Amino acid sequence: MDDSKSHVEHSHGYGIYILVWMALMTLTAITVAVAGINFGALTITTALVIAAIKSYLVLQIFMHLRIEQKVFRIFVFVAVLFFVITIVLLFTDYSFM
Amino acid sequence: MSSQEHAAAHVHRDDVGSRMGMWLFLFTEMLLFGGMFFLYSIYRYMNPEAFHVAAKELNTLIGAFNTAILLTSSLTMALSITAIQKNNKSLSLFFQFLTILLALGFMVNKYFEWTAKFHHGIYPGGEELLSRSPGEVLFFGLYYVMTGLHGLHVVIGAVIIAVMMRFTAKGIITQTNYVKLETAGLYWHLVDIIWIFLFPLFYLIT
Repeated sequence: MDDSKSHVEHSHGYGIYILVWMALMTLTAITVAVAGINFGALTITTALVIAAIKSYLVLQIFMHLRIEQKVFRIFVFVAVLFFVITIVLLFTDYSFM
Repeated sequence: MSSQEHAAAHVHRDDVGSRMGMWLFLFTEMLLFGGMFFLYSIYRYMNPEAFHVAAKELNTLIGAFNTAILLTSSLTMALSITAIQKNNKSLSLFFQFLTILLALGFMVNKYFEWTAKFHHGIYPGGEELLSRSPGEVLFFGLYYVMTGLHGLHVVIGAVIIAVMMRFTAKGIITQTNYVKLETAGLYWHLVDIIWIFLFPLFYLIT
């Protein structure tokens, strides 16, 4: 929203937090509702995608990454990237055992 | 007191460094829980049916309720920082207090959840659990270790926020110097993110 202003103040207003909270609660309701339906292999993917969206909102807004210096976003990106690389390698290994 | 204030005016402060320090610590937390998430995913991959059967025994309603509690506690934590930034000390204290209350509510739910399982003999080494398939034993082993370690983080977080309340009340955390509250908040939100993943992985396996 008013990115330049919040950059200076290094803060969010009350409103955006309440909006994000409502989004998080809605996503939780969706993930519970969807869990009852069997999409086969897509079920776990759906659950993880929703969890990832929720984490993204918490990181960006609640944890202030959006208004934080760029180096913080780079650090988090690299940390998550290596986490994903590890799990991909792990599953590649197990799939061929 | 005045000499202390004088000294404090010359103390070097690096808020960005403080927050970076907390983020680096959070990355080590990510490794701590990450290792267990790796273990979980491989065991689930090798025992899909057993994990499905075992997960059915967890109470989805309590899990969803606890998710709502933790998400709301993250909201109150974030609001407490905005309140102190707007120099509203009592509102900030109120939000910090709400955060601690919600953390306690989460732990009370966990207590009832775990005692109900213990009562049915489902705990590591429990007779009922040992009579089941190895996959189910693995599931509950991971369930107790991961939600247990997460619960420990919730308790530590609540204690840290209690200390922050004292700092706020004593005027150590102020409108111009609130980095302690911010870093406590970062820790609290990480605990929330871990639960965001624990909830669907343990309670919502179809």
